[in-house]
Amino acid sequence: MDKKAQEVLKLLENDARLSYREIAEMLGISEDEVREIVKKAEENGVILKYKTLINWERFGEEPVYAVIDIRVTLTREKNYDDIAKRIAKYPEVHAVRLISGDYDFQVVVKGKSLKDVSFFVAEKISTIPEVLTTVTHFVLRTYKEEGVLLFKEEEDRRLAVTP
Amino acid sequence: MSEAREVRGVKEVRNVEEAGYGAAGRADELEFERMFERKNETKSEKRISRSVEALKPSGIRKFFELIIGREDIISLGVGEPDFPVPWRIREEMIYALEKGITSYTSNFGLYELRESIASYYRKFGVSCGVENVIVTTGVSEAVDIALRAILNPGEGVLIPEPCYVSYSPLTTLAGGVAVSYPTTPDFVPTYEDMVKLAREAEGRGVRIKAVMINYPNNPTGVSYTRSVLEEIADFAVEKDAIVVSDEIYAELSYSFKHESIASLEGMFDRTVILNGFSKAFSMTGLRVGFAIAPEDVLNAMLKIHQYCMLCAPVLSQIGAIEALRNGEDDLEEMREEYVRRRNFFVKRIREVLDVKKPDGAFYAFPSVKETGLSSEEFAKRLLFEKKVAVVPGNAFGECGEGYIRCAYAVSMEKLKEAVERIVEFVEGL
Repeated sequence: MDKKAQEVLKLLENDARLSYREIAEMLGISEDEVREIVKKAEENGVILKYKTLINWERFGEEPVYAVIDIRVTLTREKNYDDIAKRIAKYPEVHAVRLISGDYDFQVVVKGKSLKDVSFFVAEKISTIPEVLTTVTHFVLRTYKEEGVLLFKEEEDRRLAVTP
Repeated sequence: MSEAREVRGVKEVRNVEEAGYGAAGRADELEFERMFERKNETKSEKRISRSVEALKPSGIRKFFELIIGREDIISLGVGEPDFPVPWRIREEMIYALEKGITSYTSNFGLYELRESIASYYRKFGVSCGVENVIVTTGVSEAVDIALRAILNPGEGVLIPEPCYVSYSPLTTLAGGVAVSYPTTPDFVPTYEDMVKLAREAEGRGVRIKAVMINYPNNPTGVSYTRSVLEEIADFAVEKDAIVVSDEIYAELSYSFKHESIASLEGMFDRTVILNGFSKAFSMTGLRVGFAIAPEDVLNAMLKIHQYCMLCAPVLSQIGAIEALRNGEDDLEEMREEYVRRRNFFVKRIREVLDVKKPDGAFYAFPSVKETGLSSEEFAKRLLFEKKVAVVPGNAFGECGEGYIRCAYAVSMEKLKEAVERIVEFVEGL
């Protein structure tokens, strides 16, 4: 694996707004090299999208999230991928993962209200023929998202000048 | 400093901001001089020992007093990591506290920790036994007891400068004579220079008993390659001197792999390695370090340690065990971030100042000679005019005059802002 490309990607993963120049200066490579790495990563789908992590609650909105555990039955015609794609295409669906353990899929659904989410699950997911059972867990509070803590981190208590 | 005074000090400085630098800035400077050059009371002159009276106060202290409590200043003056202690280490310490592990440990330190340290140091080329390891209350204590263990009154310690602030005062307090060795502008010692300085010292009746080195170096960030270490070793062998090697920044080596000088042929028996957990694992305030030394020196150090310290804080020792057991990933992450900051800082600062690219630690030591300002003038004006704190190079030995120490142990965001302000400042001169 290309070590330089890996470092560029790690930086961007943490802060997508870094400029080519800044990345180049941090890694001690040329701006052109950075541009080339990013372009290639975008083209071959390594970089999927540049997003912003937003704390909507802080903004004043209260979107409802629910984690849905789903058990399915497989047939010759319908395997995991087929079922997953069917679920994933709904815009309400935030994430779809195939998991080990008692359930097959874990799906994160985002809606405007409890009712909104419940009806979506009842009408759109439970009614898929391969779905056997669903268990809905509403999210009450999020403490960490995408590796970012949502509570106040510790302050810098260091003295201003030390030897 | 009393609290009322501190509040007043901050307020006065604030007024300066509003007025800009000028007449008020001048007043501020006078206040600065007044604050720190207060004459000693006659009473204390009688009460305090002459050797302590004669010690110069740390030059860093001045700037610290000026900045304290001010949030608008970006400080590149902080000689400690900006990362919090990795959570897994804190968790271990909390758990230990819950279990009630609060008693003294053996004077040597916890056996398990000493064992881990002994095998840890293999990575720097040294194989030693548990009997060669003592756990200390930070490297600061280790420097002190190492010097006290080996120095007779009047014996000399050769100290390449610029260097950490404590080496020379602790040598003096141990009854020795600090022989300073200016290494500017390359910041690496050479065999020839050392021999020359030793001869001069002998002419004054001072035999060089030890060489006190620190690499990667605070304040320069420069580290020593194997060939430099060989020159030091040659000198030590020739003069039958002990090398006290402060390797606290060993883990923060970026340009090449850190090797302990004790790993050189025949050197283990004449080296006292000092290291600790403050910089690599961000455990500064926990005060835990260690020394690795030949048994006779170690036992001498232990004698002093058992009387003045008894043992290093037990919880910190527990944390240190976890650091060595599982800390490598956290360390690697911090290391990568330092490298990025170093690259960034050096690249930008070179637009206006000359600087040797640091090999390790988290310091850069740019020269300000071209600006025509002294270290202190530069640092003071940068602080008052641009609100960036750096430490004047002369705080690290006379030959540090004409340089400033910039610690890049601040977030990338702050570092960006700070370097922009420095560039602006120099361009405006």
